[in-house]
Amino acid sequence: MDKNCISPDERSEKFLGKLKTRNIDVQACYQCGRCSAGCPIGDFFDLNVMEVVRLAAYGQEERLLESHAIWLCAACETCATRCPNEIEIAGLMDVLRELALRKGITPAEPRIPLFHRAFLGSVGRWGKAYEIGMIANYKIKSGDLMGDMKLGLSMFLKGKLKLVPHSIEAKSEIKEIFSGKGKEYDR
Amino acid sequence: MKLSYYPGCSLQGTAIDYDQSVRKICLNLDIELVDIPDWNCCGASSAHMTDHEVGMRLPMRNLLLAAEANHDILVPCAACFQRLKAADKALRENPTFWDVQEYAPRYEIIHISTFLARPEILTAIKEKVTHDLNGLNIACYYGCLSLRNPRVTDALNWEMPETLEKIVAAIGAKPVAWSHRTECCSGSLTMARPDIAEKLVGDIVTAARRAGAGAMVTDCPMCQANVESRQSGETGRGAELPVFFATELIAAAISGTYPARQQKPHLVSPVVLSRVIDNAVISKEGSV
Repeated sequence: MDKNCISPDERSEKFLGKLKTRNIDVQACYQCGRCSAGCPIGDFFDLNVMEVVRLAAYGQEERLLESHAIWLCAACETCATRCPNEIEIAGLMDVLRELALRKGITPAEPRIPLFHRAFLGSVGRWGKAYEIGMIANYKIKSGDLMGDMKLGLSMFLKGKLKLVPHSIEAKSEIKEIFSGKGKEYDR
Repeated sequence: MKLSYYPGCSLQGTAIDYDQSVRKICLNLDIELVDIPDWNCCGASSAHMTDHEVGMRLPMRNLLLAAEANHDILVPCAACFQRLKAADKALRENPTFWDVQEYAPRYEIIHISTFLARPEILTAIKEKVTHDLNGLNIACYYGCLSLRNPRVTDALNWEMPETLEKIVAAIGAKPVAWSHRTECCSGSLTMARPDIAEKLVGDIVTAARRAGAGAMVTDCPMCQANVESRQSGETGRGAELPVFFATELIAAAISGTYPARQQKPHLVSPVVLSRVIDNAVISKEGSV
């Protein structure tokens, strides 16, 4: 059987329910293609944006979570802005990335979530993004030690990167935000 | 006029010069900025892209801190602006969902160029300008997050914005008509996929150059850093274009100077601005 055939049995009702709670109405898509046409990164995607929306409407969670597209999306919001049915497509991408991370699915673009994690690690620790700490963390985790070496050095020499992190006073409040309490998943 | 001010993390690091120019021109325009006390990171793209709850609660803490003063909140960073707007909408719609008893502040969250392009502020800027930036052809570059999604940002003119054009025209520079004003530069991918960033930035800079621009101006610190730093990947396509902050240009036009320490943070030589200022000095002296 053609592997592109989609069986209704494979539909994840839980996933569709999740989209409903976030007001992401993927069923409203009539495949006009404006989302794909405007996507600035579409050339690099394995699934085009409209395919992501369509697969979501079919509840094809697994295929989506394994895709490159969900990680390559830069959250520019062009798709959602231009969708004639106001489908929150960028919000759909957010849901997909979060689900992939929560389910421990190996990301098709591993460096991208490592970057997000490094960024948030620094925010969780200091309450503010600490650029050098975040970059060092990302470089070590991703193994991309040499990339952008020259750029990093020139930014440092130009005083754009600070050696000491700015920290907020109420770090405990930030810890609380990152602690997972009141997670919408637990409501 | 008194405003709450949310600088955001970039303005304490890679875009510290943006912060300095914002504070400088607000001082010039008699606008008092009160930093939101003990503000934290808004989470930027990384938070909302991977964790909805954290992505909302980080900016919400800032809003709740600002709610006490209840002044309008001025935000220079496009990403911070979009996150604060998203949090504000969610809190207004259903505060108890976010464990907040009541949330109905009268303040508005305003992105900087929307603020500076208000008719009365433009008039005030024009009155303060000592050196018109005549002869500077400039491509106004908005990027994404101050505009999209308009259901979040409340931007009035998200496909054809004109706030930056109004600002640069008020200080005597000439905005060029060009194609990529609201295209994404892929700032959120720039570390992990520099190849994509180089392609997108290359297209943007080439389009600006094609329209005859000698420089670009933006109101987003991520765009500024990304577009200046990822141009070298397209060497051979032409000379590099510096990317200025709108406030940096205003500060130069008001003070009539563009000191070396303000030029230093640029990764692409900003000498075109000093030249324009020097010419303005000469034409001024000539007319006296």
